Amino acid sequence: MTLHDWLPLLTLLTSLVTGLLIFFLAEQQVRLRTFLNMAGAIIKLALVAVMLWGTFHGQSYETRLPLLGQTDLVLRADALAMLFVGLSSLLWFLTTIYAIGYLEKSPHRSRFFGFFSICVTATVGIALAGNLLTFFVFYELLTLSTYPLVVHRGTPEALRAGGRYLVYTLSGAALLLLGVVWLYVLAGPIEFTAGGVLSHLEEESHRAALIAIFVLLVGGLGVKAAFVPLHGWLPSAMVAPAPVSALLHAVAVVKAGAFGIVRVVYDIYGIKLTESLGVTGPLAAVAAFSIIYGSLRALMQDDLKRRLAYSTVSQLSYITLGVAIVGPLSTVGGVVHLVHQGIMKITLFFCAGNLAETVGIHRISEMDGVAKRMPWTMTAFTIAAFGMIGLPPVAGFISKWYLGLGALQAGQGWGVGVLLMSTLLNAGYFLPILYAAWFKEPHAAWNEKGLKDWWESDWRLLLPTLATAVLSLTAGLLAGLPISPVGWVRMIVKQDYKLWTPFLGIP
Amino acid sequence: MLVSAGAVSTLVCVGGLLRRVWLTGPIRHTVGGWSSPLGIELYADGLSTALLAVTAVIMGTAGFYVVDAIRHKNGHTEGYDSDFFWPLWFFLWTTFNAVFLSRDVFNLYITLELLVLCAVPLLILAGSGAALIAGMRYLLVAMLGSMCYLLGVALLYAQYDTLSIPQLGALMVSSPGTAAAVVLMTLGLLLKTALFPLHFWLPSAHGNAPAAVSALLSGLVVKASFYLLVRLWFGAFAGIVSVGAGNFLGLLGSLAIIWGSLLALRQQRLKLVIAYSTVAQIGYFFLLFPLVIGGTQLCAPSDRVDWLTMAGSGAMYFMLSHALAKAAMFLAAGCIAHAAASDRLNEVIGIGRYLPVSVFAFALAGVSLMGLPPSGGFVGKWMMLKAAFATNQWWWAMVISLGGLLAAAYVFMVLKQTVVFRLVDIRFYEVPRGMQWAALLLALFSLLLGVSGQVPLDLLAVGSPFSPRAGQGWLP
Repeated sequence: MTLHDWLPLLTLLTSLVTGLLIFFLAEQQVRLRTFLNMAGAIIKLALVAVMLWGTFHGQSYETRLPLLGQTDLVLRADALAMLFVGLSSLLWFLTTIYAIGYLEKSPHRSRFFGFFSICVTATVGIALAGNLLTFFVFYELLTLSTYPLVVHRGTPEALRAGGRYLVYTLSGAALLLLGVVWLYVLAGPIEFTAGGVLSHLEEESHRAALIAIFVLLVGGLGVKAAFVPLHGWLPSAMVAPAPVSALLHAVAVVKAGAFGIVRVVYDIYGIKLTESLGVTGPLAAVAAFSIIYGSLRALMQDDLKRRLAYSTVSQLSYITLGVAIVGPLSTVGGVVHLVHQGIMKITLFFCAGNLAETVGIHRISEMDGVAKRMPWTMTAFTIAAFGMIGLPPVAGFISKWYLGLGALQAGQGWGVGVLLMSTLLNAGYFLPILYAAWFKEPHAAWNEKGLKDWWESDWRLLLPTLATAVLSLTAGLLAGLPISPVGWVRMIVKQDYKLWTPFLGIP
Repeated sequence: MLVSAGAVSTLVCVGGLLRRVWLTGPIRHTVGGWSSPLGIELYADGLSTALLAVTAVIMGTAGFYVVDAIRHKNGHTEGYDSDFFWPLWFFLWTTFNAVFLSRDVFNLYITLELLVLCAVPLLILAGSGAALIAGMRYLLVAMLGSMCYLLGVALLYAQYDTLSIPQLGALMVSSPGTAAAVVLMTLGLLLKTALFPLHFWLPSAHGNAPAAVSALLSGLVVKASFYLLVRLWFGAFAGIVSVGAGNFLGLLGSLAIIWGSLLALRQQRLKLVIAYSTVAQIGYFFLLFPLVIGGTQLCAPSDRVDWLTMAGSGAMYFMLSHALAKAAMFLAAGCIAHAAASDRLNEVIGIGRYLPVSVFAFALAGVSLMGLPPSGGFVGKWMMLKAAFATNQWWWAMVISLGGLLAAAYVFMVLKQTVVFRLVDIRFYEVPRGMQWAALLLALFSLLLGVSGQVPLDLLAVGSPFSPRAGQGWLP
């Protein structure tokens, strides 16, 4: 085996080893812990950069280890995998800086950072998984490693939220496992391949089984992807510390579910089989309902993090909607939203955490005039919120544009209607926040915590926030470049539709 | 000193045997050169060697735990310092080895009896009144089970003039006398294995023994009688047991999974939670019978061999990883009880801060019980699920999934208590490090079984009792 074959595994190990080492550190060894964290994150970024470069030039990286009989543990860096790996390792790096600042002087930091690193390992494993069994292994590891993060504070509320999180995600995983096993029995050891791998099964004789398996798989994944009514764990998991909420909602958990659905539809079933089984319609309906319902619930929240959580429920289903509307353009819109939603939502959560930590704001009703105290934070918040609404040139606009075009191309005009309604609702729950923060007068004088010459708060909380805000902006501005997220996704989609295209011409 | 010498020499012997079976296949040894039916025959195939190895690992690690507990005794030693402890401990180990190596029904009766006679005194060494009562009850139930079993053996001997399992397998035919023998022997063994609804004696016995002894009782003793059931049903009785009988055992197993888990959720004491979890997990083992026996009818003939072997190996794998995980869990519970001087769940609140290693060991063992990857429990569950779908018996797959969720419920019920943040600091007693690491070591072993899945599976396949060539009858 050459180094190329080991790169995917090494990428996993950078965070796994970091996590395991951190468990053994004493609480007071802050410097060593910070060093390990940053070293792990930077090495991972470097490895990912190498693989991104290679993947872009047609190189493939694959680690294959024997796991069970004919089924191997496969880690493969294909274009879709690298999209998610790139997102998670970049955001891990930024979130680590943020978390070090956020958790300063709070107890159990070794435990926190240990599980945090394992959580990232699981996410990268999910991204790189080359078959369903590998995917499932890391999917469960993610559930287990996020539980300690959700209950980190040990308060009764946190424990309740943790319990709820487990009930939802473990039940979902049980369904997923049944689907995976059934599929393996039916189709033998199969691996993710662009265009699908089930073409050797006769559709007529296995139709019922294939539909049942699809329902089990997507139903199981839908818990983490927060389909309504499987979303109940998400708003309550908001009791976790802000870096966890940021990572849970932007990258790790919810994206694992959405990413899994993308894999199942494009790389297991293949888009043609999915459509002829007639499951895309119901899936699109579920996604549309989640989009509207999530936005409506977000309108009613006063707690900032809860409003953001319901917004996640809504935004995540854009990805599923893009998958469920058959056609290359909507696929581009859906898949690219994996990245766009990630960077925008993490910005919003970073801001929420920064507001809570610096000036003690948790509720939207307390936000009047806060932009005067924290102009940079609120600028970042504004950019991300505009993105969520879908205003050009922020990244969210690109996703919505492709989704809308795709819906029209597929002749499903109702999709555009859903998007428009969601846009209105998004504006309805974000604009009042922006108005209050920028234009209203504050109720009382703000405290001076962390206020120094340049910085409005601890720099470790502010810089990552600004970085992700800039990313959301550039991802939208530079959408024309082939290395922008959307350019990358167009490359993936060409693969997915190479065997079968419903319309003439690929973007 | 003597203790380590004994443990190390047994480990070395088991290692040697493992190597030979791995390289050359099943080994038969006739004691004193007298072959059966006159003499005693010892036999080692993949399954028995795997069990011997797991026994050696658990006995060795738990022994280390006990040594450390004695060395740092502060007040409560749970009877480890008794003069009787080590002799009984090694007798028990010997008996395990004898069970897994015997293959005639009378020899097995003797070894099973010896097992109880070593286990009960070890349990009673705990010294509490509850332990004494539990021990006596265990003794009486086990005796009753032995009597049933012995009666069945006598009936078989009267009809077929042999006690050797392979010879019985070739000779046995359906007749009222044979049926009575099968029912009696099975019933006796079910009583000893504590399959629902015959589990009533288990929780008090396993919950009141010294922690290291509980680890052996839950991890190994119940497996011994189950092992015998497997040998009988897929060896001697292979020609005469019906699909209905297999399904009946599977049904009892399913009820055990649900009932045991629900009761585990209602316990106030940590060790009782673990003991009821054993009741539930035993239920999983019994899904073996419907999966394999029922599978012969429901599955296409072409790939029958693969799937049935897979079902069998899966269940055995589950059993092995349960042995390691459960032993780890009891040792971790021992550490926790040692620190809090009680194992009541409301008195160990927030203990994770002081005993991170023990709590982590408990959590890792819990992962295996829930059957989540990457653990031995997952590999076993994966194979059983696959076999259930492949032989068109999806309802057992539902039971397996549900059981995993219930297991998660009681494992996290315990873990939740340990992470609770406490404002008032309560001092816990110090726990020697060796004890904590012993628990973690066993938990890591159960995890290792999941990571290196293929090696143990290949070992189990050596002379597998589930491959159709071994059993003569249950393939139509």
